[in-house]
Amino acid sequence: MHDTIEARGAGARAPAPPSRGVLRSIGRALAPLPWIGPSVILIAAVVLWPVIEMVRTSLLRISSSGATLGNRGTGNYRNLFDEPDLVSVLLRTVVWVVGVVLVTIVVSLALGQLLNARFPGRRVVRWAVIVPWAASVLMTALTWKWMLNVYYGVVNKILEGVGVIDHPVNWLSHPTSALIWMMWVAVFVSLPFTSFVILAGLQTIPGDVYEAARVDGAGHFRTYFSITLPLLRPSLLVAAIINVINVFNSFPIIYAMTGGGPGSKTDTSTTFMYKLAFNGAGDVGESAAMAVVNFALILILVLFYLRAVGWRGETRP
Amino acid sequence: MTQTVTPQTPPTPRNTRTHAAPRVRVRPRRGRVVILAAVGYLVAFLFVAPYLEMVFTALKPDRELTKSPTTFLPEHWDFGNFVDVWKAAPIWTNMQVSLIVAGVATVIALAVSLPAAYYTARNRFFLRGPFLLLVLVTQMFAPTALVIGIYREMVALDLTDTLLALILVNAAFNLPFCIWILHGYFSSIPKELEEAAYLDGAGRVQALTRVTLPLSLPGLVTAVIYTFIGAWNEYVVALTITSSPNRQPLTVAVPGFVTSYQEHWQYLFATSLFAIVPVVILFVFIERYLIGGLTAGSVK
Repeated sequence: MHDTIEARGAGARAPAPPSRGVLRSIGRALAPLPWIGPSVILIAAVVLWPVIEMVRTSLLRISSSGATLGNRGTGNYRNLFDEPDLVSVLLRTVVWVVGVVLVTIVVSLALGQLLNARFPGRRVVRWAVIVPWAASVLMTALTWKWMLNVYYGVVNKILEGVGVIDHPVNWLSHPTSALIWMMWVAVFVSLPFTSFVILAGLQTIPGDVYEAARVDGAGHFRTYFSITLPLLRPSLLVAAIINVINVFNSFPIIYAMTGGGPGSKTDTSTTFMYKLAFNGAGDVGESAAMAVVNFALILILVLFYLRAVGWRGETRP
Repeated sequence: MTQTVTPQTPPTPRNTRTHAAPRVRVRPRRGRVVILAAVGYLVAFLFVAPYLEMVFTALKPDRELTKSPTTFLPEHWDFGNFVDVWKAAPIWTNMQVSLIVAGVATVIALAVSLPAAYYTARNRFFLRGPFLLLVLVTQMFAPTALVIGIYREMVALDLTDTLLALILVNAAFNLPFCIWILHGYFSSIPKELEEAAYLDGAGRVQALTRVTLPLSLPGLVTAVIYTFIGAWNEYVVALTITSSPNRQPLTVAVPGFVTSYQEHWQYLFATSLFAIVPVVILFVFIERYLIGGLTAGSVK
């Protein structure tokens, strides 16, 4: 590549300037269209249209077969807020999101440190940690469901073996234990991404900072809490917000492991929304109302995200 | 992006002025390395363990599955399960659906994102800011949150139970990530390199294909693999808008092995492994680029 560039430097050929006047400024305004137009169209048609369709549907009366039966005004929202389970579902969603994200971040801080440390075979450990990220979350949830099987699962076998329980426990049939195990699975599948973001953050901290700390006589703990953690703040913030959104949207784990049951005692607002529409005699209108509420929460999180990544219009990135 | 990947070479002395003073720690103490490695391998095992259980269950004959208490390893290793799923169930059909949906969605996402990422990296124009904002915001939208809207749109377009709908959804929802990561790579390649190519008489397209694209290959590979895996693993939209068994991807078909009428966990996991192993291998290839690439432009 290099020699050809140097060999024939003479044939300078600047791109010809476009024609003059109004045509020119119109041309300049339209010039980006062929480049970014397809992206805008695809995003508008498949990502933004569903947003509009969702809001519209939340105001419609939809039959259980999917036919539109006219306007319902705010009726869907009133039905939704009259759902006896709604309050407990929303509270459970908060527990689910906060619990999963907090544990994920704390464990990932240690994991990121481990993946950043030097030891033989680090590569292989990084590959192993990646596996739950690449694998389908649904299939991972299914293997956990199997491992938690009351009679044939290895979890009961192991826990009985070490003496934690003295008889097989049906973990997934009790709402509380089911929720805890599903949160565990959610942490399990969130760890790879989070620890890799933290790993990336750790790698941007220059080594001399640590050297300076050591020269100043700072111990391990002091160094970690006064240098590493503050410098990790941007990565942590981004990881936390992306995790909150992902965990809030998490669907396959609960849907595969308990189906939100018994009743809706292990539902979060995402699975609850889905079941409103597609379980039994579903009501798509009411489900859309739940979806709009969920989406509004996500939009707030996206605003936090934009702040966290420091979006300032043109200048980024 | 790539520069954030630490090379695995031993650390070199940074400060040449102090070379007279003995370095306190040339390399970590051996005991520390042993402990780190031990913890590392234990962590690695914990992360892989559920998938090992998948493998062992997939290798158990039917009668061993309903043995209580269970055994960790199969007593009789039944490799036939991996063959049976191809004969007994239409999983080849489902795998073709997964391949077509993920493959075509990836091609579309790449074809659409490349020009947009390139243009926004090289030019300042009136709507550049709003466009990048749109990309950044929609990157945070998951199909799950919008599944009701997607379902209603596909009903309105009469696209329910079609592969086209799945392709469009997967292409569109992965598009922002592709634009973002490619934009980051293109921005990091100096304009001067392309200008040098112009001087050589190369056209704009040639400069792109001969200079810029080869240099941003890691970004391209990451975008392709990440999109492919995302589409390959997509579940909720496929579950919602497909109904014919021959139009369902693997993710929707796999749970069908365990219903209230039949429980074939060994087949469920054998099929799951066919779905998981290839994408894990692909993912390992982009591991080093993931570190910086995922938060490209956001964490700096």
